[in-house]
Amino acid sequence: MSAPAYREQSSIPLEAVPPTEPSYLDGGGLMGWLNTRDHKRIGIMFYGAVLAMFVLGGSFALLLRLELLTPDRTIMDANTYNRLFTWHGIVMVWLFLIPSIPNIFGNFVLPIQIGARDLAFPRLNLASFYVYLAGSAIVLGGLVLGGTDTGWTFYTPYSETTPDRLFPVVFGIFVVGVSSIFTGINFIASVHMLRAKGVHWRRMPLFVWSIYATSIILVLATPVLGLSVLLVGLDHVFHLGLFNPASGGDPVLFQHLFWFYSHPAVYIMILPAMGVISEIVPTFAHRRPASYNAIAFSALGIALVGFLTWGHHMFVAGMSTIDSGIFGILSMFVAIFSAIKTFTWVATLYRGDISFNTPLLYFFGFLFLFMFGGMTGVAVATQSLDVHWHDTYFVVAHFHFIMVGGSVTAFLAAAHYWYPKMFGRLYSERVGLLCATAVFIGFVLTFLPQFLLGNAGMPRRYYSYPPEYQWLHVLATGGAWLLGFSVLLAVGNLIVSLRYGRRATANPWDSRSYEWLTPSPPPPHNFPETPVFDRGPYDYELSQEEVYARAYPR
Amino acid sequence: MDFLRKLLFLPEQASTIAKEIDWLHYSVILITFAGVFLITGVSAVFCILYRSRRPRRPDERRPPGPTPPLWAEIGLIAGLFALFVAWWGVGFWQYVRLTEPPSDTYDVYVSAKQWMWKFAYPSGSHTINTLYVPEQRPVKLLMTSRDVIHSFFVPEFRLKFDVVPGRYHSVWFTATKPGAYKILCAEYCGTDHSRMRGEVVALTASDFDRFLEQDGGGGPGDPESMSANASEPSLSLRGQTAAAKYGCLRCHSVDGSPHIGPTFLGLFNARVPLEHGGEIVADAAYLTESMMDPQLKLHRGYGPVMPSYLGYLQPGEVSALVEMIKSLRHPPASAPLQLPANRTFPIPDAPPLRPNAQESSP
Amino acid sequence: MPAPILGEQYASLDRQAVTLRFGMWLFLASELLLFSGLFVLYAAYRSMYRHDFVEAVHSNTMAYGTANTYVLLTSSFTVALAVFNIRRGALRAAMWLVLASAALGVTFLAIKAVEYGVHIREGALPGPYYHFADAATLGGNRFYTLYWVTTGAHALHVTGGIGVLLWTAWHVPRGRYTAGYHPRFENATLYWHFVDVMWLFIWPIYYLV
Repeated sequence: MSAPAYREQSSIPLEAVPPTEPSYLDGGGLMGWLNTRDHKRIGIMFYGAVLAMFVLGGSFALLLRLELLTPDRTIMDANTYNRLFTWHGIVMVWLFLIPSIPNIFGNFVLPIQIGARDLAFPRLNLASFYVYLAGSAIVLGGLVLGGTDTGWTFYTPYSETTPDRLFPVVFGIFVVGVSSIFTGINFIASVHMLRAKGVHWRRMPLFVWSIYATSIILVLATPVLGLSVLLVGLDHVFHLGLFNPASGGDPVLFQHLFWFYSHPAVYIMILPAMGVISEIVPTFAHRRPASYNAIAFSALGIALVGFLTWGHHMFVAGMSTIDSGIFGILSMFVAIFSAIKTFTWVATLYRGDISFNTPLLYFFGFLFLFMFGGMTGVAVATQSLDVHWHDTYFVVAHFHFIMVGGSVTAFLAAAHYWYPKMFGRLYSERVGLLCATAVFIGFVLTFLPQFLLGNAGMPRRYYSYPPEYQWLHVLATGGAWLLGFSVLLAVGNLIVSLRYGRRATANPWDSRSYEWLTPSPPPPHNFPETPVFDRGPYDYELSQEEVYARAYPR
Repeated sequence: MDFLRKLLFLPEQASTIAKEIDWLHYSVILITFAGVFLITGVSAVFCILYRSRRPRRPDERRPPGPTPPLWAEIGLIAGLFALFVAWWGVGFWQYVRLTEPPSDTYDVYVSAKQWMWKFAYPSGSHTINTLYVPEQRPVKLLMTSRDVIHSFFVPEFRLKFDVVPGRYHSVWFTATKPGAYKILCAEYCGTDHSRMRGEVVALTASDFDRFLEQDGGGGPGDPESMSANASEPSLSLRGQTAAAKYGCLRCHSVDGSPHIGPTFLGLFNARVPLEHGGEIVADAAYLTESMMDPQLKLHRGYGPVMPSYLGYLQPGEVSALVEMIKSLRHPPASAPLQLPANRTFPIPDAPPLRPNAQESSP
Repeated sequence: MPAPILGEQYASLDRQAVTLRFGMWLFLASELLLFSGLFVLYAAYRSMYRHDFVEAVHSNTMAYGTANTYVLLTSSFTVALAVFNIRRGALRAAMWLVLASAALGVTFLAIKAVEYGVHIREGALPGPYYHFADAATLGGNRFYTLYWVTTGAHALHVTGGIGVLLWTAWHVPRGRYTAGYHPRFENATLYWHFVDVMWLFIWPIYYLV
């Protein structure tokens, strides 16, 4: 193929964007980073920490998939396996997925997208980073001390009576939750108060809407989780028996309290991903979104209705039939909002001028996998079917389709999409396209067999299993290693390109969204001079020249 | 349709409700599959049709993209919503039938503990890990746990329910044909969670009778069951023994006469008025709870004097006592009941209160 | 007196002040959800052990709770007066009022400590350590376990609040606040009000009804 590996969409010269001071990356030395107030630097620090957690959680997964190659013992005993799946869940949910897009890309991009010079509370932002580090250290310390084997859901009374080191783990999760709350407060206050002149609510980029909706959940749901896991920790240490029937407690009450947070938590994990997609599709289709309002308001809809559906994790736990029915129908409602977004994204491709770059390829992966995962979500919300599927590999496959096929894919898409803006360089497009394809294939190979395993009746959290399921497990393990390797390669591409990548212009994708009005990488105060915002972020009717002329009038 | 079942890796349909659940399953999965592939396909087509054919010029303007008409959006959403509600409706209806047993079930008590299943039959037998049931007859399981939450899962029946300590959950099924069907624990419960497995063995009616006669000496791996010699007392008879042994009969009569505690005669499934208001049906769960925590839902008119038997009674003895109380369901019509005027104790089939009846307090 | 610093992301001091207060309300929302979990637990267990809970509430000494309510309400009053004063420019008065609230907070903790001592002596301890004769039921145990957890969490917040008030008072003579610009001062008092409001929910459910 003779076409260049990368088609630069923008031929706009650098000079159209006014000259600037050194970028945010330069200067200050180590202390200039550790003691920074700059949201961009804080985002980059989160990037390093969160990626490290991703690699850690992923390694746990790869190890446990190795164990599952044979029906009985392969490389470890049952106790170790039970710990590994617990740690995989804890690290991936709290130390990777929840902070991932908001704390990295939200931090970096959101202030620029609203035309602000920083977030509302820069020191709180730095604090949220250190609190996250501290919480992660406590959790990992707990794991090193032997950790826990309760599953990331800590169901009682098992979590109260298991002889393991529960308290440091749950206390660390509580601390990480504090970091999340700080982040949420910062984003909400910033969106309300710091939008530049001309950036009305309906002129904000859609990514901001999704981060805003996510932040509502962060602020309101996280405290309940903090409380529940802390209570489990107290029960474990002092045998308070709050959720132990032997002391008069009710174990199902814990499940209510836990899932009241943890269900909205999954929306914390997917809403930012949807926000990323809502930026990528208009940019690469070079067209305004088919319906701005649909995407913006469905984000709020998901955040709010998401608080009402937690009981669908407990259809067979002993709730009354009526309660189960109400939770079932409400769970269906939430799917409607996701469907609205999906249709809008696809409609945005219609009559576009589509350039096929790595972020868009990740969008395709996302589209298929998220829809698949979302529709299986509707399926498990169907109560009689959930009786069969609950606590089997079907549910495991469903949530991995959303969290990995959805959130992680979108995370990689964001990593590639905003890479030029964050680092001023371009990555290798060939490697990018290859990795996006390999990630998709590896993912499907890992998790599609798991739907079939669930249908066949294989329960989750099983160290040993009936031998007739083995070949499906072997497929899944092969896929998992391919997936792991592809993700590492994708990240490797980005790291190598930091040094060897071609320099990027202010707007390599020819996007109309506001963050592309500033140089790549941006100066410390985001804009050399504050641009004039007299248009929306998706005005693709305007030509490039007009966009910059209007932003920086002479 | 069996082809579809095998394609989706679903196990055999061995209970009466499995078939209709699978029909809903096929409907949901096939339609959602079709939707996903359709939309992905449409996107792929758009990507090809509308691909960028040349780099854009810096001064190039583009026409604004069309917005789909509002009626199309609303129509699509409404259609999807109707579909979801339909699925929910069918699923909910099936769920209600799954969780509410018919009245003429054969009841088996299930006690889960790390890491085994114990079954106690009304006839007095008990087995470990193997549940014997008659085919084509509704079977109800009354399940509780000795320690942590477990979950009773039989894939071939499409049946699952959590087994929680401190409570009774009941599920029911009707096995359609004789066979052995896996039981798996489906709620993580510790080291050997994945090995906490068993089997439901559905037998023909005559085979099942023979099993009962053999007094629980069924399959292998049954160390706690009685040896295969006859005259194993029935569960309710063993309940009478337990009642005498633990002193229940010191406060509870079996013939309707009032005493320190409520009489057992006619107590099972009677509506019992409670100390702090309201009423409750004295089912197996209430009776068990009252043995473990007597003051929790105290019967009105009786003092809080009953001790707790938590830790004293073995689960087998608990079920035996419940069966014994159950067997005292129909008082003989001729039994004269002397009830004091100030006590209300509704007993089915009892003659009305005699206004002059007096009873000195015990 | 040093001038207040305007962050570069803010168009004006006014905007900065409004944003700081807005952020505080958001934080209080999260704290409210934290306590709500504890109230939900109370509601659930009360419905399970209705009679035992009523008996346990009676066994709890209302005098301590009521005294504490008066103490906290007064401290909220003094802290509100402090805001009134600082808006008028009466900085010293504001400082003393804040210190008064902090002192009342300490009084609250002292009364609580005495009360905890009584509970310990009587055996009304959480969980397996419970041996309180006046409410010797499972429900009583649940009540007192929740009581310790909830009032303990609240006491931790009171302690934090006292720290916040002292920090604020410390900064008054150092010119951190002016009559025209003092959002952090108001935020400190807002937190104190929150702590008081939480007690106004705890008091009735653990002492009165």
